Amino acid sequence: MSKQRLGQTPSQTVGPFFHFGLPYEGDSNLIVGDAQGQRIIVEGRVTDGAGEAIPDVMIEIWQANAAGKYDHPEDTQDKPVDEGFHGFGRCATDNDGVFRFQTVKPGAVPGPGNSLQAPHLVTFVFGRGMLKQLLTRIYFEDEAHNAHDPVLALVPEARRNTLVARKINPSTYRLDIVLQGEGETVFFEY
Amino acid sequence: MADVIPYNPEEKGAQPPSLYPAYKSTVLRAPKQPLVILPHTLSEVTGPVYGHGKVLPVDADLTKQHAGEPLGERIIVSGRVLDENGRPVANTLVEVWQCNAAGRYIHARDQHPAPLDPNFSGAGRIVTDAEGNYKFTTIKPGAYPWRNHPNAWRPAHIHFSMFGPSFINRLVTQMYFPGDPLFAFDPIYQGIPDEKARARMVSRFDMDTTIPEWALGYKFDIVLRGRNATPMED
Ligand SMILES: [Fe+2]
Repeated sequence: MSKQRLGQTPSQTVGPFFHFGLPYEGDSNLIVGDAQGQRIIVEGRVTDGAGEAIPDVMIEIWQANAAGKYDHPEDTQDKPVDEGFHGFGRCATDNDGVFRFQTVKPGAVPGPGNSLQAPHLVTFVFGRGMLKQLLTRIYFEDEAHNAHDPVLALVPEARRNTLVARKINPSTYRLDIVLQGEGETVFFEY
Repeated sequence: MADVIPYNPEEKGAQPPSLYPAYKSTVLRAPKQPLVILPHTLSEVTGPVYGHGKVLPVDADLTKQHAGEPLGERIIVSGRVLDENGRPVANTLVEVWQCNAAGRYIHARDQHPAPLDPNFSGAGRIVTDAEGNYKFTTIKPGAYPWRNHPNAWRPAHIHFSMFGPSFINRLVTQMYFPGDPLFAFDPIYQGIPDEKARARMVSRFDMDTTIPEWALGYKFDIVLRGRNATPMED
């Protein structure tokens, strides 16, 4: 069965001029209809190794619905998909390096073995000066299950807070993304 | 819930490092802390089935998006989206964007003093068919200068963005044209360690898809990460 693999196509930077090609109307609002669950805003600012805001980064998120079900054929859990919520969002940062998503708080989803993953957003960062995208996650500080999350457990304890959004008001969570330096966000090799 | 079937890792040498100092903007944007190795979970092996809404035929013809014809050399770019096992990636969204024939992007931050073309925007979207095929019509983009180093020029390229069957397959790349003399001087192209992998980003001229008295054909296949089994088999 050792058929020779085809070689992977390399990644290249999204460059500075993606704004007319990738963003689309409503891209940062994941609620397409009568979505179930708690409606929230997830926002943050992206900065570089000099602490400067980055106005030409693009963030993409992928998440489960409020019931903890991914709208994808490989999620075989006996849970309902939500016609008003598919789970993908895209947001180019503004001139202040800020991104903002309107979404619903995801439910917990299965992890390896019998574990359960705390609610989270799978998050990619694309940008000029980034030959490949960076993978990170956004968790929520008011979820008790964070303490038992199998992925957070892989992250050195002192750095876990870089993945956990703070609740700044009843419906808004905030997490800044630091590409390099003091408070650098944890990124994953995948 | 059974464990998920993970995707193959990054192919060594085929993917760029985050830090590549010859490409200056990487210096302040590359993480300095080690990456944390993430075993794939349900969160990574799922992903958006369609990135976004309806894709129209006009989205696959960048020469028909305005009242008149754009200036430049008309080309047809086609190919397949496959995984490493050679399986087609069907029904996946491919997004493309590029500058015009003069090397100018329709973008507020592009200050290159080359003319805009009122008949060319330079963005398209295509969904692959059941065999992973995609195809679009455009004009050949020009080379353009940038400020990375003195007398820096990007080889002509078309930006590509692919989703694939899972979020882990997400790939943004650039397609180049055969024989471009700028390859040797371009730190973005050179940022791929393995020369053979680098060459995979170069399309090839194709007489079979060249349309007589109309347009030149270029072929560009894209290979996303695969895995050793699919959830339906084994
Ligand atoms: Fe470009």
